[in-house]
Amino acid sequence: MMSTQVKESKKQDLTSILYLDGVSVSFDGFKALNNLSFVVEPGEMRAIIGPNGAGKTTMMDVITGKTKPDTGEVFFKGGIDLTKHDEAFIANLGIGRKFQKPTVFESQTVFHNLELSLKGEKGVMTTLFAALNDAEVARIMEILGVIRLTEKAGDLAGSLSHGQKQWLEIGMLLMQDPDLLLVDEPVAGMTDAETEQTADLLRDISKTHSVVVVEHDMEFVRALNSKVTVLHEGSVLAEGSLDTVQNNQRVIEVYLGR
Amino acid sequence: MADAMYKTNKGPFVSLMTGLPGGGKTFLGILLVAALLVPLSNLLLPASSPFHVPTYLVSLMGKYVCFALLALSVDLIWGFAGILSLGHGAFFALGGYSMGMYLMRQIGDRGVYGHPILPDFMVFLNWTELPWYWYGFDMFPFAILMVMLVPGVLAFVFGWFAFRSRVTGVYLSIITQAMTYALLLAFFRNDMGFGGNNGLTDFKDILGFDLQATGTRLGLFVASLIALALGYLVCCFITQSKLGRVLIAIRDAESRTRFSGYRVEYYKLFVFVVSAVLAGIAGALYVPQVGIINPSEFSPANSIEVVIWVAVGGRGTLWGAVLGAFLVNWGKSYFTGSFPEAWLYMLGGLFVFTTLFLPKGIVGTSGTWIEKFKERRRGSPELAPAAAVKEE
Repeated sequence: MMSTQVKESKKQDLTSILYLDGVSVSFDGFKALNNLSFVVEPGEMRAIIGPNGAGKTTMMDVITGKTKPDTGEVFFKGGIDLTKHDEAFIANLGIGRKFQKPTVFESQTVFHNLELSLKGEKGVMTTLFAALNDAEVARIMEILGVIRLTEKAGDLAGSLSHGQKQWLEIGMLLMQDPDLLLVDEPVAGMTDAETEQTADLLRDISKTHSVVVVEHDMEFVRALNSKVTVLHEGSVLAEGSLDTVQNNQRVIEVYLGR
Repeated sequence: MADAMYKTNKGPFVSLMTGLPGGGKTFLGILLVAALLVPLSNLLLPASSPFHVPTYLVSLMGKYVCFALLALSVDLIWGFAGILSLGHGAFFALGGYSMGMYLMRQIGDRGVYGHPILPDFMVFLNWTELPWYWYGFDMFPFAILMVMLVPGVLAFVFGWFAFRSRVTGVYLSIITQAMTYALLLAFFRNDMGFGGNNGLTDFKDILGFDLQATGTRLGLFVASLIALALGYLVCCFITQSKLGRVLIAIRDAESRTRFSGYRVEYYKLFVFVVSAVLAGIAGALYVPQVGIINPSEFSPANSIEVVIWVAVGGRGTLWGAVLGAFLVNWGKSYFTGSFPEAWLYMLGGLFVFTTLFLPKGIVGTSGTWIEKFKERRRGSPELAPAAAVKEE
């Protein structure tokens, strides 16, 4: 059903999973993104850090189709132009997004939250007559185990603790089985133990998926042990391992050394 | 717990066969009992008996049943998908006008002017031939088709533009209100060809049965109950399916639903059209029972009143909306008789009271009380704080 038009481009990196080049977005004259470029390779885990207002959320909005960039190119899996599609299409292409504030379907059970996120045909009539088969139930049960919520399957998502909601939302992304996960501040408001478990979980996930994590918590970024991109005022300030980045003079000035 | 979960996963047919939402069976049972007892009592008991239901009361209840179906249609979109329509009276009225046009054509040459084809108001306006959009309404099946098609198509066109432009919340409510107001003004005009200010009235018979006859009135009452029961089953089918869960997801977290890969606008459009068709059917059954349809049915206040019925009964509960429609309308009939000046203040007061003290309506709030009572008896103190946090 889904036609993915592949565009021949002169300079884009056809092997990348995510490719942003010269992306700018402005709101009422304020430049949220200013000539932002970076590339994520398949299977890579990337941490993105930056002070408030650096453009992290806008960047996620552009990748997931919520915001159209004024200029610049955004390509997924080498050839798919993301600027031409809407949220639902991009989600079905294989990009999952976790919001900063955990967003789950609070008045429905944990089980149904995962059922709703199941990969597959999402048309109105298909959904009206949808029934779960054994493989799909098994898949939901498997994810319930991964996010450690098996016991809570029948509880309303609204009754979960903050940390559990974060995990449920990650579980919902996994149900979509995306090629790329965009995870916005997954450990905000979590206890130390939960933070540690979340780092384990994300490292596990990154074995089979590409993951982009936006995070403030330096300890957590260190635990992820991945390449780091520092954003500042809508563009890339520095890129490299956490140690390299932390020793970068400009990064210390604008962010770490505050 | 797990059983209940798996049941909903076998698809909507199995869900509907194996169980209705809380109170659903009782509700259908009550409708069935009413459909049997009311006609029997009217026909068999002597007028002196205290259990005799006089014919005027049958029609009054039939009118309430139509209102109940209208309330149900509003609950389907407001309670489940979070679409607050303040213009649903428009779909009700369009269904009513479609039926009214059929009833006008049924009059034939028995009108005041005795014209074989033209309704009285057209003769009065010196029209010489029937406007094209009145063709076919002499046939009952065609009229029934239009009863559903006209509201459905309007809802589709309106919804297509509104939902695709992502108009939500209070802005959507305002444009639904504007829609019904625009139709009100249009139908007031004589040259629209729908009887202008006076609307359509002086109906004689339906399918050859005299509208004033007791048997016809009983038949319409039972037909309205059947329509309400079927409408309820349709709503249960939708809300218990996975699509129903997508609707609730849209209501609670629209952008999360989009990022989960659902085209939210198509889901809203689907349920909005279904709801408009239900409202149209309610209007079509209403008109022969009250004997008139005029532009006042389009008035914004009517549509707002429907929302009050649903709020009083409890949104998102389906049969609660029906209960709300009955209670408020019964109250309206009673209080307009006893305290005619105070009625509007009472209606306003009722809405304020419901919003402040019964935010989930009668059904929702009593459900919460029953839950709390059960919890207390089970004696599980750790559940209490969790419930308190949820209220935020």
